[in-house]
Amino acid sequence: MGTLRQSVGGSGRGDNFREGGGGGERYRPGRYEPAGYYERLRRYRLAVAVLLLSVIMIFVALTSAYIVRAGMGTYDTVTHSYVYDWKPVQLPNELLLLNTLVLVLSSGTLEMARRNLNARAVTAGLTGLPGVAVEPERSAPWLGITLVLGMAFLAGQFLAWRELRSQGMFLATNPSSSFFYVLTGAHAAHLIGGLVALFYAAFATVFGKSLATRRIVVDAAGWYWHFMGALWIYIFALLHFGK
Amino acid sequence: MGLALLLVVWLITFVSTYFFIAHPSWMWLPPVATTYGPQIDSQFTYTYIAMGIVFVAAQVALGLFAWKYRDRGHAAAYYSHGNIRLEAVWTILTAILFVGLNLMGQHIWAQARFQGPSPGSEQVEITGMQFQWYFRYPGSDGKYGRTLAKLEDPSTGNALGIDPDDPAAKDDIVSSTLVLPVNRELDVTLKALDVIHDFFVPEFRFKQDAVPGLLIHMHFTPNRIGDYEIDCAELCGSGHYKMRAGVKVVSEADYQAFLKAPQQWLTEHPWNGPMSRGLMQESEAKPPAPALQLAMRHHQSQAENH
Amino acid sequence: MGNVQNTPHRADVGVVDSSVQHAAHAHAAPTGFIRKYIFSLDHKVIGLQYYFLALASVFTGLILSVLMRIHLVWPEWAIPGIGIIKDEQYLGLLTLHGTFMVFFVLTTAPQSGFGNYFLPIQIGAADMAFPVLNMLSFWTTFAAFIVMLGAFFTVMPIAGWTSYPTLSALPNAGSLPWGQDLWLLSIALFCAASLMGALNFITTTLDLRCKGMSLWRMPLTCWTWFVTAILGLLAFGVLLSGGLLLLLDRNAGTSFFVPGGLVVNGVQQRHEGGSPLLWQHLFWFFGHPEVYIAILPGMGVASQLLSTFSRKPIFGYRAMVFAVMAIGLLGFMVWGHHMFMSGMSPYTAFAFSLMTMAIGVPSAIKTFNWLGTMWRGKIRFYTPMLFAIGFVSLFVSGGLSGPFLAQPTLDIPLHDTFFVVAHFHLIMGVAAIFGIFAATYYWFPKMFGRMMSESLGRLHFWFTFVGTYAIFMPMHYEGMAGRPRRYGSMVVAGGLFNRLAALMPLEKFISIAAFVTAAAQLIFVINLFWSMKKGEKAPVNPWEATTLEWTIPSPPPHDNFAGNTPVVNHGPYEYSVPGVERDYVMQTDPASVHAH
Ligand SMILES: [Cu+2]
Ligand SMILES: [Cu+2]
Repeated sequence: MGTLRQSVGGSGRGDNFREGGGGGERYRPGRYEPAGYYERLRRYRLAVAVLLLSVIMIFVALTSAYIVRAGMGTYDTVTHSYVYDWKPVQLPNELLLLNTLVLVLSSGTLEMARRNLNARAVTAGLTGLPGVAVEPERSAPWLGITLVLGMAFLAGQFLAWRELRSQGMFLATNPSSSFFYVLTGAHAAHLIGGLVALFYAAFATVFGKSLATRRIVVDAAGWYWHFMGALWIYIFALLHFGK
Repeated sequence: MGLALLLVVWLITFVSTYFFIAHPSWMWLPPVATTYGPQIDSQFTYTYIAMGIVFVAAQVALGLFAWKYRDRGHAAAYYSHGNIRLEAVWTILTAILFVGLNLMGQHIWAQARFQGPSPGSEQVEITGMQFQWYFRYPGSDGKYGRTLAKLEDPSTGNALGIDPDDPAAKDDIVSSTLVLPVNRELDVTLKALDVIHDFFVPEFRFKQDAVPGLLIHMHFTPNRIGDYEIDCAELCGSGHYKMRAGVKVVSEADYQAFLKAPQQWLTEHPWNGPMSRGLMQESEAKPPAPALQLAMRHHQSQAENH
Repeated sequence: MGNVQNTPHRADVGVVDSSVQHAAHAHAAPTGFIRKYIFSLDHKVIGLQYYFLALASVFTGLILSVLMRIHLVWPEWAIPGIGIIKDEQYLGLLTLHGTFMVFFVLTTAPQSGFGNYFLPIQIGAADMAFPVLNMLSFWTTFAAFIVMLGAFFTVMPIAGWTSYPTLSALPNAGSLPWGQDLWLLSIALFCAASLMGALNFITTTLDLRCKGMSLWRMPLTCWTWFVTAILGLLAFGVLLSGGLLLLLDRNAGTSFFVPGGLVVNGVQQRHEGGSPLLWQHLFWFFGHPEVYIAILPGMGVASQLLSTFSRKPIFGYRAMVFAVMAIGLLGFMVWGHHMFMSGMSPYTAFAFSLMTMAIGVPSAIKTFNWLGTMWRGKIRFYTPMLFAIGFVSLFVSGGLSGPFLAQPTLDIPLHDTFFVVAHFHLIMGVAAIFGIFAATYYWFPKMFGRMMSESLGRLHFWFTFVGTYAIFMPMHYEGMAGRPRRYGSMVVAGGLFNRLAALMPLEKFISIAAFVTAAAQLIFVINLFWSMKKGEKAPVNPWEATTLEWTIPSPPPHDNFAGNTPVVNHGPYEYSVPGVERDYVMQTDPASVHAH
């Protein structure tokens, strides 16, 4: 760690920018990266990595509970024996696959937004040079599409829950249905957090945030969002194969 | 201040140690009444000696250093960042001590919990419910009758929900005082009907949670005739502290007499508290309430209900 | 306090890094009362908010324990305003006592309180990495506290701080609605807040260290806050999951922890297929690291203080760091030692037991190094040092009952008896509290700009130190005699079951010791508030210590270093360096003062 810090250079150390804390950070055209940009980017990436660790632990706990329960016999007082009463939920597979596709697609569109922002940051410093065109702003639409896809995923999950309910599978019906709702619900709750971050990024220009800030928000939210996609695939696989 | 610390730390150390060594009997593990109990006690003693030495050594050093190295206006403290070799020696020593103690005790645990009861051991089923213990003997057929949750109702006398239609239930005996034969291995089945309880008899060196949804098999051999107290050792609700029952370890002849006519035998030989430990305070040594000593032949009470 | 160093703070800050001065503009101090003291973003204000929340909680918990001790030995006493305490109320008292103490005191004060205040300063940062998140984390904790008070004033939960199902899952088994639900809600909020806090601590430690502050130059306090934050990050999520599932079991009819076929109070339960042991696994996967969350910062404080007041470098700095890491790592592999009697597979007990005994090794290293730090020192007995020495003594006493309980064989007679109560109160309760006291006396001058009274401090120490032993040592004997935990009464009315009656004299002794010790805490409160107003003005570095907080004014300015980032040239514990005029080398002293 010590050596890593050495390589970053001294200027940024102890440089405590505070987001929205009184206008400390202003984008200055003409310079490729504003002061402290990489420090902030690194800090937010680190924070997302740490945050994801805690999210992982929440799902590790739920997963181990799921596996233990799925493999556990319960004592039956009538037959005086342990019975394996795990009745797996009939997953609405087509719908869930479609949802998965939507979520994967949203990761792609988010990546497009991130690339556009980066390209804009690079070309912004080159205005006035002959033959160089400033990269047009396309991140907002890409982010908009990502938001729509994210909400479509949530709507799809909602449809999946409705389908299960119509089959008479409610939260409390049996252990596997309980786990289905808890796992998908916990994932959806975390996804909503990602949506809020993306919403902030998409409308950051409206809030008067600089390009650099938007880049950082999109980058950090991007890591979180991609992880949510991976987490969903993991949960889907767990529900599908772990029964 | 250094001297005060030395005196107080040493005083605390020696008073605690004194009580640990010269303990009155009521401040110690109660006398053992099972065959595997002495092994637990000797493991306890080894651990206690090892930890006692470390305890005294560390506290004495702490007090001594506080006094000896107090600021007396002397030149300067000794400039040192530590000593790797000392550190390594100390680490290895403690590792050997702790891991060694651990390995020493493992066979006792293995013997108590890995092996099943030997064939022909006496069967007893122990059931905990808020806030009462029930003990069931399978009777001469050696089989417990079926129990059904929907029949569980203490007010009808069938707290365990024994199904009267099951032939195996006909000779089951249910008692609220546990009567055990001396020197016979017991095959104990632990059950809980509502919340987690814990069957704890200090003299037996026996403790085990009774867990809803689990059937837990345990075995041990009581080897001293006497009356002991069962305490529930897992928080089970508002009456947790009241969830105690009596256990009588009796001679084989008495045990057979109990099995023949449980109610009558218990009326004649009421559980009498932990007399074996001399704890009884005369003023409180009243005979037990008959209701608590209730024992019955199960099919009799069922017959009344039908 | 004769030899006080009065150097103006600027001189000690070292080289000023001019390129970052613009950062200072971002840190204009807020002026309104609300932004300054209520919804403050300043880590120092937030640290104090946490500290005072913990202070309110600790006195709540203390009063609850006094009521418990009254009920145990004089059940017929009518308490003014409460009346005679009933047995169910006793369980409510112990549940809330445990909850307030473990969560809102032992987790809150050492880590969130002192950590928030001093971690950024000790690593040379102007604030935590995410001040808004920091504020959010405090107010979520505060909300959790209010919800817990709600549980207190509606129906007290009675299932203990461990809240084992099925007792805690089935309302008609005794965990009545509102009380238990609010308890779970409060714990869930607390988990969320702790996760936010942990995120902030980790990022701050990794990312905001000033120039020269390599990881191996961090004070041991920072190391323990850092490792504690990692433990919190990994542990609280698991408790959050478990709490969520238990809430669903109670309110949505699910059966995660409730098996089928249960009849409670004559009512058949509709649940089926759950496992009560599953909760215990989830709970203790959190619960054991929680013990270290409570005690690790205390270890850091003890290390810092023993070195400072012995005027000696800490003995084996790296060994201390590795020991903290080992304790943290092993802490996640031992949760099963709480479940030897639970019906869990007896084979796993081997592994859990071995791992638990292994924790004794790093703990022994720490003790050895503390003694080694005092050895051949030049000890100054200010109040913080007394509490640090008290910490070591209690850590030894409480720690050595651990190897008894870590062996499943000995857990058979000792599990769930007062032996366990004695063990964890000494090690995670009182030792950690001594860490908090030590930290308070040590950092008070920095936080409030005034000194605390030494004579009141000493009085407080002697009462608390002796009182603590008088309360908890006898509990070992009670536990060995087979006195179970969580019994509201020693004898059952009617005189039938009175095995435990013989322990009454000991119980009375403990209660009286508890009353005296509890009353002695008033000395601390008086000292705290009196010194805030009337204490002698504190200089910049009253203890002649070396770490960064002692280079800046007392109390520190809004952004700690007034826009200048310190540059660190030395390790944290350079005392009595031969050939150096003063007997300490500040971390920011020029490198030429003492070549390594
Ligand atoms: Cu109980
Ligand atoms: Cu533990």
